[in-house]
Amino acid sequence: MENILRINLSAEGGPKTSLEPIGKYAGLGGRGLTSCIVADEVDPLCAPLGAANKLVFAPGLLSATPATTSSRLSVGCKSPLTGGIKESNAGGQPATVLAKLNYAAIILEGRTPGTDLWKIIIGADGVSFEKCNELRGLGNYDTVAKLVEQHGEENAFMTIGQAGEMKLGAASIACTDRELRPTRHLGRGGVGAVMGSKNIKAFVLKEKDARYAKAKDPVKFKAASLAFAEGLKRHAVTGQGLPAYGTNVLTNVLNEAGAYPTNNFHTGQFAGASKISGETLAALETERGGEATHGCQKGCVIQCSGIFHDKDGKYLTKQPEYETVWAHGGNCGIDDLDAIALLDRMDDDFGLDTIETGVTIGVAMEAGLIKFGDAQGAIRLVKEIGAGTPLGKILGSGAGVTGKVFGVERVPVVKNQALPAYDPRGVQGIGVTYATTTQGADHTAGYAIATNILKVGGFVDPLGTAGQVELSRNLQIATAAVDSTGLCLFIAFPILDQPDTFQSLLDLLNSFYGLNLTGDDVTALGKKVLKAERDFNTRAGFGPAQDRLPEFFQKEKLAPHNVTFNVTNEDLDTVFNF
Amino acid sequence: MHLTVKLFATYREGRFEIADLEHPDGSTVGSLLDALAIPRAELGFVLVQGRHVELDTPLAANTTVSIFPKVGGG
Ligand code: SF4
Repeated sequence: MENILRINLSAEGGPKTSLEPIGKYAGLGGRGLTSCIVADEVDPLCAPLGAANKLVFAPGLLSATPATTSSRLSVGCKSPLTGGIKESNAGGQPATVLAKLNYAAIILEGRTPGTDLWKIIIGADGVSFEKCNELRGLGNYDTVAKLVEQHGEENAFMTIGQAGEMKLGAASIACTDRELRPTRHLGRGGVGAVMGSKNIKAFVLKEKDARYAKAKDPVKFKAASLAFAEGLKRHAVTGQGLPAYGTNVLTNVLNEAGAYPTNNFHTGQFAGASKISGETLAALETERGGEATHGCQKGCVIQCSGIFHDKDGKYLTKQPEYETVWAHGGNCGIDDLDAIALLDRMDDDFGLDTIETGVTIGVAMEAGLIKFGDAQGAIRLVKEIGAGTPLGKILGSGAGVTGKVFGVERVPVVKNQALPAYDPRGVQGIGVTYATTTQGADHTAGYAIATNILKVGGFVDPLGTAGQVELSRNLQIATAAVDSTGLCLFIAFPILDQPDTFQSLLDLLNSFYGLNLTGDDVTALGKKVLKAERDFNTRAGFGPAQDRLPEFFQKEKLAPHNVTFNVTNEDLDTVFNF
Repeated sequence: MHLTVKLFATYREGRFEIADLEHPDGSTVGSLLDALAIPRAELGFVLVQGRHVELDTPLAANTTVSIFPKVGGG
């Protein structure tokens, strides 16, 4: 991956491309690359939906290789939701194709004049641009179906649905999976709105004649690949738990631990949890002829996903993730898997972040628009978003806006981004991550659940404050590095527990790129990425006041453990002391 | 003593989801695992009344014990 493709949409006479060598960004991929480019090139004070914002796509360092789970794609920009820097990542096939085409990054800048919608076609034979007004107003499923008709199946696609076209704060960018379904989303922070603001509806990424580059040391690379895959299979989380039950295995875990945010963060346990748990979901998928074990990208040995069929045994959606089942389920008092799966399908189709959307519905329930537990009401509200009614546009702008419009006090957001599926009072370490990450509330930025709840990488008592800042800091640094490799974050479980698997990861990078990286270099990379992101946010006007949880987490006790969030502001302000 | 025991994920295979059990007074979390034929080495974690406990933690009567294999997600 030696080239950066720059696409200037504002150029006179139509979009123009230029190719640049990776140059000073060598050694960076994924989040490291998107964040450093955004920090260097985007004015932190620019209007996120204006021509000055840029949308940067980057496959990870290992996406250029057949190594397992290495096809994560990062996208970066100034977020229209948070106003700060954004990196969102997803699985599916696009990262592999971009990497095989030798692109380390694609920088989308400017904005096409006028109101035409465009698609960008990228392949071994070059880059071209076509108007695609026939796709206007289509959801992701219909959009991809049309693109397959026009361009065939030997492609990966990135598209926006209605939400992206409407430039809503919850809008995602869909990436197609192995079956060309738009089910893997660059979800968080409104990245779909930025793509919509540039009048780009779709990317067609042609796999034909795209080839993996050769490893510098192919023999060592092959050995490292085998050892790495073996390490993932050996660990119980990536070898057994995730394949069998998917991420939704966490519903019962968090519920038993009393940290499962229920009814817009009112309590920590949900009476209907077992009805929507991973165990129940996997059994239902199998019973209906779907699949409980399925990979979102070629070559993944973990295969945490699945296929969900409706009551008639027909494909409805991919296996909803834990976050989705929570956001649309327990967070809204809904215990009906069919309703949750339909909401997942609608989110994927309209192009909405499932976390932001579910939390927004929870806030709407808090406001009294509909009652907690009203599954049909939730479906109706999400339909309004897709239809672009005035109410739908408010809801599609996210939990923060919805809370303001309807006068709600309890709005679970940090930096205006909705909190994910772990109550920070029941898991204080994740509260530190929510408060301080550059991204706005984001569990993946420093997944303290591993050590606070799952006893992976040691154990730190989830209800105490001791050790939480250090835990979150170390995880945030490690995650920024892993997010640069293109590897799926779930490999963190084995690499935290198995030193030899961490060594295999280093061997993969070293043998492919001819490097001599050590663990210290990985830490240094993570720190560099975080510093670049933090610096961007500072220049965008963020300070300590933005690194806080909403007030109610300090005031209202969470049942059943009757705890508030107790990490002090002074301690939160030390997370980035490195 | 009387305990409510909940098992999750792979631990349910060949066992149960939830059961009310009698277990000797004064015994530990580890002894309950042994009684359930759950190898200690492959344990994920155990919660009693929603709080993490260790293998040598003594069990109290009339509590809910939730036992998980190594699992993860996110
Ligand atoms: S573990 Fe799951 S999310 Fe990660 S690459 Fe595999 S299927 Fe995709």
